[in-house]
Amino acid sequence: MREIKYVEAENEALREEMLRDPDLILIGEDIGKAWQGAFKVTKGLQEEFGPERVRDTPISEAAIVGCAVGASLTGLRVVAEIMFGDLLTIAMDQICNQAAKIHYMFGGQTSVPIVVRTNFGAAGNYGAHHSQSLEAWFVHVPGLTVIQPSTPYDVKGLLKSAIRNPNPVIFFEHKFLYNTTGAVPEEEYFVPIGQADIKREGRDLTVIATSLMVLKALKASEELQKEGISVEILDPRTLRPLDRKTIADSVKKTGRVLIVHEACGTGGISGELTKVVIEEAFDYLDAPPLTLAGKDAPVPVEPSMEQYNVPNEAQIMQAVKKIVK
Amino acid sequence: MDIPREKLFDLYRKMVLIRYFEERAYEIFGTGVIAGTLHTYMGQEAVAAGIIANLTNDDFITSTHRGHGHVLAKGASPDRMMAELFGKETGYCKGKGGSMHIADFQKGILGANGVVGGGIPIATGAGLSCKLKYHNKRVVACFFGDGASNTGSFHEAINLAGVWKLPVLFICENNQYAMGTSVKIATAVDDIAKRAVGYGIAGVVADGNDVLDVYLKGKAAVQRAKKGEGPTLIECKTYRIKGHSKYDPATYRPPEEVEAWLARDPITLYRAKLLDSSIEEEEIVAIETEATEIIDHAIDFAQESPKPQVETAAEDVYAEVSEDARD
Repeated sequence: MREIKYVEAENEALREEMLRDPDLILIGEDIGKAWQGAFKVTKGLQEEFGPERVRDTPISEAAIVGCAVGASLTGLRVVAEIMFGDLLTIAMDQICNQAAKIHYMFGGQTSVPIVVRTNFGAAGNYGAHHSQSLEAWFVHVPGLTVIQPSTPYDVKGLLKSAIRNPNPVIFFEHKFLYNTTGAVPEEEYFVPIGQADIKREGRDLTVIATSLMVLKALKASEELQKEGISVEILDPRTLRPLDRKTIADSVKKTGRVLIVHEACGTGGISGELTKVVIEEAFDYLDAPPLTLAGKDAPVPVEPSMEQYNVPNEAQIMQAVKKIVK
Repeated sequence: MDIPREKLFDLYRKMVLIRYFEERAYEIFGTGVIAGTLHTYMGQEAVAAGIIANLTNDDFITSTHRGHGHVLAKGASPDRMMAELFGKETGYCKGKGGSMHIADFQKGILGANGVVGGGIPIATGAGLSCKLKYHNKRVVACFFGDGASNTGSFHEAINLAGVWKLPVLFICENNQYAMGTSVKIATAVDDIAKRAVGYGIAGVVADGNDVLDVYLKGKAAVQRAKKGEGPTLIECKTYRIKGHSKYDPATYRPPEEVEAWLARDPITLYRAKLLDSSIEEEEIVAIETEATEIIDHAIDFAQESPKPQVETAAEDVYAEVSEDARD
């Protein structure tokens, strides 16, 4: 199978869906031909589909998401790009009070089929306003669907599913992943929302890792294998709704679990994942579940300090050994 | 001024329907039957009636926490509205929305809104659909208050609608107070309509208690919008008869100010104007009687409707993925 970059796989998903659905439009800051998206995800799309369907906006995050909501209620489908995940905070009312609640609050009369795409995470030394991992904020809001794909295959299949989903989806892409490569079929496929994926099978322990941490856990697991420790790696892919069954099945099999994410630990998705493990597989546990998360601090700029604050392969190996012993 | 006779009646019909709905809801609220709160539209009827008389069923509106007038004028069912206030299963939102969250998507009513300013970006988005999908044959009327004109949503959404020349009427109902805060201590310009200059769009002040003035200014704005000339900001200067919400006695308003505005009650003014023209009082009384009957029916409907099953409180959080989603 061909190998393409994460950013290319995403671009293909957008292009395929725009070709299929003439009512699908893209809006966001600098997504048109002048810049092609801050991370080039929308490259070539304005040239192909025109400025009516690929719309550069002013720097107005609340209006971008609100506009997506209003357009989606009246016959269009919209993928909105927020240039950095940190800037979702400026659109919180439209995401959490409006988009997330419209279906419920109006008695199920209508729904809000929008995707809000954004990036997150510490990569590139962008500092405290451009590096946060805020996914847990959105997981806490009923009505939202939250996705964090880790591979080119997943990002394409999940973005296509998200675009066709009738509910508002917050779609988080780790900055470091854009230039990673992986196998992606030529033919059309979908990755279902709410379905976790076992990225590596193992016997001794389950590492539940999200986004970039999946890649780090895979590397760590190869080293651990040399030491005779067989690690299973589970990527939830969708954080809301969580795939409780796949998590339960894996933990029941291995009896041990380590949860790894980049977001700071306090209030992070690890708390929710631990809850699922306890509710679904407590009697199967041979050791307490542990979490390895980002430090409870803003993300600094200086490169070694930036990476000091997020989990790495060595820490994953250390944590695994601590649990397995 | 050349307004057809039926339109003149229609404006009056909408205004009294709103007034009677609000009077009766206010009265029933006092008996404890309606839960939550109630922000009545009494005194501002000329704005909703005057603007929406220029729209069709295919056009869209966004509304506010003080939204009963807008949705009634756009054709929402008084039965289902009253049932929603009563928290009944037959209400527009099956009891989940209440007074501040009424919508009817079949009638282009994209929702009242509990967040001040929250509907303004949504209106801009609906305007984008009107432009791209309906080629400016449809328009949006976005209602909000003087308070909302100081939110970031207002500025972001109007700038976007301006730069994209979207067919949206931004209707600022300046009723002089945001809860208890006078517009004089919250807003630096004397006319909020002047802000239109900053967004490169048309801005106009209307007498919000004169339904014909509102109607004609709305009509001109709809014409501009349909010609592709973009949005208009219409500031309608008006006044709440009651306080901000049901429990607010509004003692912060000077008595002479209240008296001056009440002397210009929009329904009294318009009724007198109709009588001054060639319209007979019995024709007006017939409209009033009909409105009373409609509201009586709505109250009966609400009272007789069943309560929702309490378990439905956890339903409808997500829309179901349809089978053909991957066609």
